[in-house]
Amino acid sequence: MRTIPLKTLAAAALASLAVACSPSGDGASAERLTLNGAGASFPAPVYNVWTYAYTSANLGAKVNYQSVGSGAGINQIKAKTVDFAGTDSPLTPAECEEAGLIQFPILRGAVVPIVNLPGIAADRLKLDNALLADLFLGRVTRWNDARIAALNPGLKLPDLAVSVVHRSDSSGTSFVFTDYLSSVSADWKTAVGAGANVKWPTGIGGQKNPGVCNAVAKIAGAIGYTEYTYALEAKLSTVLLPDAQGSFVAADAAAWPILGTTYILVRKDTEPTKMDALKAYFRWCYEQGAGHAVRLHYAPLAAEEAARVIGSVLK
Amino acid sequence: MEICHAAGMKRPSAWSDPVFRWLCLGCAALCGLLMVGFFVQLAIASGDAWRTFGLGFFSSAEWDPVAERFGALPAIVGTLLTTAIALVIALPLAFVSALFIVDAPPWLSRLLGQAVDLLAAIPSIIYGMWGLFVLTPIMQRIMASFGIETNGFGLLTSALILTLMILPYICAVMRDVLRMTPPMLREAAFGIGCTRWETARDILMRYGIRGLLGGVFIGLGRALGETMAVLFVAGNVMRVPHALTDGCTTIAATLANNFAEADGLQRSALFALGLILLVMAFLIQLLAQYYLRMTGAKRGER
Repeated sequence: MRTIPLKTLAAAALASLAVACSPSGDGASAERLTLNGAGASFPAPVYNVWTYAYTSANLGAKVNYQSVGSGAGINQIKAKTVDFAGTDSPLTPAECEEAGLIQFPILRGAVVPIVNLPGIAADRLKLDNALLADLFLGRVTRWNDARIAALNPGLKLPDLAVSVVHRSDSSGTSFVFTDYLSSVSADWKTAVGAGANVKWPTGIGGQKNPGVCNAVAKIAGAIGYTEYTYALEAKLSTVLLPDAQGSFVAADAAAWPILGTTYILVRKDTEPTKMDALKAYFRWCYEQGAGHAVRLHYAPLAAEEAARVIGSVLK
Repeated sequence: MEICHAAGMKRPSAWSDPVFRWLCLGCAALCGLLMVGFFVQLAIASGDAWRTFGLGFFSSAEWDPVAERFGALPAIVGTLLTTAIALVIALPLAFVSALFIVDAPPWLSRLLGQAVDLLAAIPSIIYGMWGLFVLTPIMQRIMASFGIETNGFGLLTSALILTLMILPYICAVMRDVLRMTPPMLREAAFGIGCTRWETARDILMRYGIRGLLGGVFIGLGRALGETMAVLFVAGNVMRVPHALTDGCTTIAATLANNFAEADGLQRSALFALGLILLVMAFLIQLLAQYYLRMTGAKRGER
C-alpha cells in the first residue's frame, strides 16, 4: 500500500519537471542569442551598463561581460570560450593576424593621480610631468619638497612622507599610467618602463582599483592612480596636470593628458549569425551607448573615428 | 509482493560489501592521485621558469614583469616570516587559553569554547577587511607614537592578522586534546603536590603532545597558504622586507595578485611559486612526522 502514494508522487514530480523543462510559450526568447564577453576591468563600469541596457531593451542578443582582466580576456578569446574580449593594451596587427582576431577601439577613459593630503582640497595641487615621475620613482620623498612648493606657491604643503600606492595586480589602468609616464619621462622609461605590471621602484600595492583607493584614503600623504570613475566614487582628491599646451587642467577637462583607449577583440571565424549579432551590439554601443559612457565619466570615441570603425569593421 | 521485497532486501548484502570496498579504495586512491597530480601539473607548468632561471629562482629578489626577470626570494621570505611571527605569538596564547577553557567552570568553559569555535569559522576575507579598515590605522598610530612614520601596511600587520586567524584553530584543537587527558593522571599529579602549571607542563603537555602538535600544524598550514587576509594588509611589495614595518608579499598573495593577467614566462614563474609553496607544506608535514617519531621514545611511547 505504501508504494502507491510514492508512485503518484514520483509521477507528479516527473510531470512538473517536464513542464519546467519544456520551452516556454515565447518562441522568440528561446532563440535569443547570448553573447559572452570577458576581459579588461578598466572599462567594465561602462560595459556593465551597456550589457544591461542592451539586454533589457530587447534589441537582439543577450550580452554578458565578465571583467577578468585584459590578459585573461585575450586568453579566453584565443581559446574560443568567449565571443568577444576587451583589452586595454592592444595587440599588434601581427598578433591579431596570427590569432585570427579583429581589433577595434571602443572607448576612452581617464586615469588620474589621487592624493591624500590633509588641508589641501581636490584639484588644487599642481604637479608637472617630471615631478609626477619622480614621486612614483621614489626620488621626491616629502610633500614639502622644494620642487612641489615652487610649483604650488599658494598651498600650505604638509610635512608628510610620500607614500606611493600602486596596483598589485596587473591591470590596464597600470598600463595606461606607466605608458604615460614613459612617454613624458626618459628616467621612468629607462628605470621602469610601461606595462600592465611593472617593477615598482617604491610604494605598496593595492588590489584592483578599489584597493588602491582604499589605501590612499587610509594613508595620510599617499599618492596613487586610478580610473577616474573610481576616484569620484571614493571622493578622493585628484591633482592638476599640464595638458599638451602646458597649461594645468583638472581630470574632468577634455584636454586631460592621461587617457587610455580600450579595445574589443572578435574572432574572424565567428559563425555568421553570431557575427551579425555582435556587429549590431557594437554599432549600438557607438551610437546609443555614448551617453552612458559620458555619464560614467568616460570619453566615447570621436565621431569620425567611430564612423570609421562602423564603416569598416562593423559594416 | 512482501516476499519479493524481502528477497530484494537480502540480495544487496551479497554484492554491497565488495562494491563498498572498491568505492572506498577508489576514493582513497583518488586522494593520493590528486596529490601526485598537483605536483606533476605544477612541475610541468613551471618548466619554463626553471629552465630560464634555474636554482637562481630561489635566490633572486627581482620581480620585473617588463624585463621578464623573476625571482622567488621576496615571496618565500615574506611567507616564512609572516608565518613564523604569527606562530610565535599565537602558540603561547593558544596554549594558555586552552588550559583556561579546560579548567574553567562549566558555564564559562562552554561560553568561551563556543566563542573560539565561532572565531575559527570566520571567513578569511572578513579578517582581511577588518585588517584593512581597523588594524592598519591602529598600527599607523601605534608606530607613530614610537616616532616611526609608516603607512600601517606590511610584515607586522600581516603577521598579526595571521595570528588572529590561526589562534582559534590552534586553541580549539589544543582544548580538545587537553580534555582527553585521563582525569586520573591530573588528579594524581595534584595529589603529589604539583601546582597547576606543573601539571599542565609535565602531565597535560606530555600526554597530549601529538595532538598539540597537530594543532600547531593546522595553524601553520593555514598561515602558510592564507591569501585574502594577507593580500589586504601586506602592501604587496615584491621586495625582501628589512624591517617589521616594511611592505611585503607572500607566495599565496603573489599568486592571487598576478594570476589573472599573467601569461608566458610570468605565468610559468607563478606556477613555480605554487610548486614551492606545495613543497614547503609537504616538508613541514614530513618534519612533523619525523619529530614525533624521534621523540616518541622519550615520551614513553614504544
